[in-house]
Amino acid sequence: MQLNVPDRDYMHSGHVGCPGCGAAVAMKFVLRALGNKTIMVLPACCWSIIAGPYPQSTLQIPLIHSAFETGGAMASGVRAALDVKGDKETCVVTWAGDGGTFDIGFQALSGAVERNEDFIYFCYDNEAYMNTGIQRSSSTPYGAWTTTTPGRDWKRMRKKNIVEALVAHRIPYAATASIAYPEDLLRKVSKARSIKGSRFLHIFASCPTGWRIPSEISVKIARMAVQTNIFPLYEVENGRKYTINFMPKGYLVKEYFKLQGRFKHLSESDLDQIQAMVEEDWELLLRKAGVPLQG
Amino acid sequence: MKPAVLTGEHFITGDVACAEGALAAGCRFFAGYPITPATEVAEHMAVRLPDVGGTYIQMEDEIASMGAVLGASCAGAKSMTATSGPGFSLMMENIGLAICTETPCVVVNVQRAGPSTGLPTLAAQGDMMQARWGSHGHYEIITLAPSSPQEMFYLTITAFDLSETYRTPVLIMSDEVIGHLSERVIIPEANAIKPRSRPKPKGRKDRFKPFQPGPNGVAPMAIAGEGYGIHVTGLTHDEKGYPVMTAEAQEAMLAQLTGKIHRNLEDIIRTEAYRLEDADLVIVSYGVSARSSLAAVDEARQLGIKAGLLKLVTVWPFPEERVRALAERVKGLVTVEINLGQIHLEVQRCAAGRAPAMLVGHAGGAVIPPERIIETLRNFS
Repeated sequence: MQLNVPDRDYMHSGHVGCPGCGAAVAMKFVLRALGNKTIMVLPACCWSIIAGPYPQSTLQIPLIHSAFETGGAMASGVRAALDVKGDKETCVVTWAGDGGTFDIGFQALSGAVERNEDFIYFCYDNEAYMNTGIQRSSSTPYGAWTTTTPGRDWKRMRKKNIVEALVAHRIPYAATASIAYPEDLLRKVSKARSIKGSRFLHIFASCPTGWRIPSEISVKIARMAVQTNIFPLYEVENGRKYTINFMPKGYLVKEYFKLQGRFKHLSESDLDQIQAMVEEDWELLLRKAGVPLQG
Repeated sequence: MKPAVLTGEHFITGDVACAEGALAAGCRFFAGYPITPATEVAEHMAVRLPDVGGTYIQMEDEIASMGAVLGASCAGAKSMTATSGPGFSLMMENIGLAICTETPCVVVNVQRAGPSTGLPTLAAQGDMMQARWGSHGHYEIITLAPSSPQEMFYLTITAFDLSETYRTPVLIMSDEVIGHLSERVIIPEANAIKPRSRPKPKGRKDRFKPFQPGPNGVAPMAIAGEGYGIHVTGLTHDEKGYPVMTAEAQEAMLAQLTGKIHRNLEDIIRTEAYRLEDADLVIVSYGVSARSSLAAVDEARQLGIKAGLLKLVTVWPFPEERVRALAERVKGLVTVEINLGQIHLEVQRCAAGRAPAMLVGHAGGAVIPPERIIETLRNFS
């Protein structure tokens, strides 16, 4: 199969991410699809560091670091200035982690997409505050250990469903993507770039450091998250039209959980409970997409 | 399950000592949000609070942390949060609400270099004026500055004591070096710690006025849900707590909010004197900079310079009388701090020309070495 993937990279060597960093992989693919007519707003997140201090800066596009809570707002301002100057070509994007999207940045994100600002908001999701050393976020999944959900107090709340929250804003385009499915990811970025208004991409980006996994299985873990239905790949247009991009083969979630140190305290019955939650979420998604339930 | 007071000798960081001090003071609620270099306070509270029947919540941002702290305090728990520069900025509105509603709470700022993101992993003391004036409007606030992990432990207890006694937020202005420094910390027997609690109302519930001050200028505090009719608002309010939109009510309320601090300075202000008796050059310093200053005093003495140190444990309200008295009799005052002149301005104001006031400052990112202080002392003497 011939992929229509631009081969020009705008992320160069010299990044300072951890070995196996999923967020670095995500950035590399996304910039290939976006091209260099891109201005990036970056609230505090791992990428505030990964981009690297001078002279190691790895990104070849203009980068504006915003305050943690204002990724959506600062991008709105950048877009407004380009509009004033008559620049229709440059794509404005926000690139934020899960803390900056699900938690502290949610208000600015919701505000921006409610106004249908013409920009793409990327959330690379590593499921905790990794830059400050693994504290839970509202994206941290049920069952996970973090330094603020320690010991027997592991997280007993579900991960916030951020895509559905964005879909509820009825934005033109919202989608999930994974570093383990680059063709799907690149297609979605190109599609998002071609649409006007607010677009949201939720990219699953594994974190060997925070998830307590060997760095060499970083991509494998991300693939398993899709294959087990923990992180389904789908897209939603105009808040209504759901398309599921990958129909999984029914792998059990425990295979995914057992490879990760952050879940090692979970019992078989905990894993059964999580399996039931994942199935419930999946069936809900199938219903929204109008796909008949199996079995 | 460990007890609330971990009696014994420990080798711990300032951040951990701060959390242990809070637990020893009776803090049972912590609203956290990760930020370098204060995250370890939250992490330690997340581990320890369940041991003692308390609650740790990780909030969605620092605005929410401060909001939850005030809610918990209104409902009767000793509450705190810890943060650094950017988070401290986000907490400012709710710190003002705490002042206006006289809600006790403790806020720890483990300072890093700013402005903005600055140097997240390196020390500074650049938020001292923000501590004083960061929220809008005119007010008084109590601020303490620890110089060691041991002081992080004790001053956190003091912070709760002052906060409960005077029904006001108390700020602990630490810094990255003290927060991350590991040193010996001695935690005393539990019965040697006698934490203070907010004054409780007595008498008829139907005649209770929630903001009518008692003899020391502080109103007894009714807890939401104890049967007292309370109305808590950030609007200008009278003794009953109801909003009153007049200049007279504003004047009365500010007189109450500032007066309760002004008339209790004796209890609130703590300073430490080192070789001050015969000193004719006095260093004024606080936090990590007081450590460099201490070394500088001894070295200067060996060079024949009669140096001394006034260490500000309480920075706000500013120990005006002590600085003024020193200015009357010394040849010069030298403020040492990791900013480009904040507390220096206060020293200058209080010296009022009676003695020259100089600054040994630093933009942030490193501790001031004693040599720089000695150089200034030498040039002066």
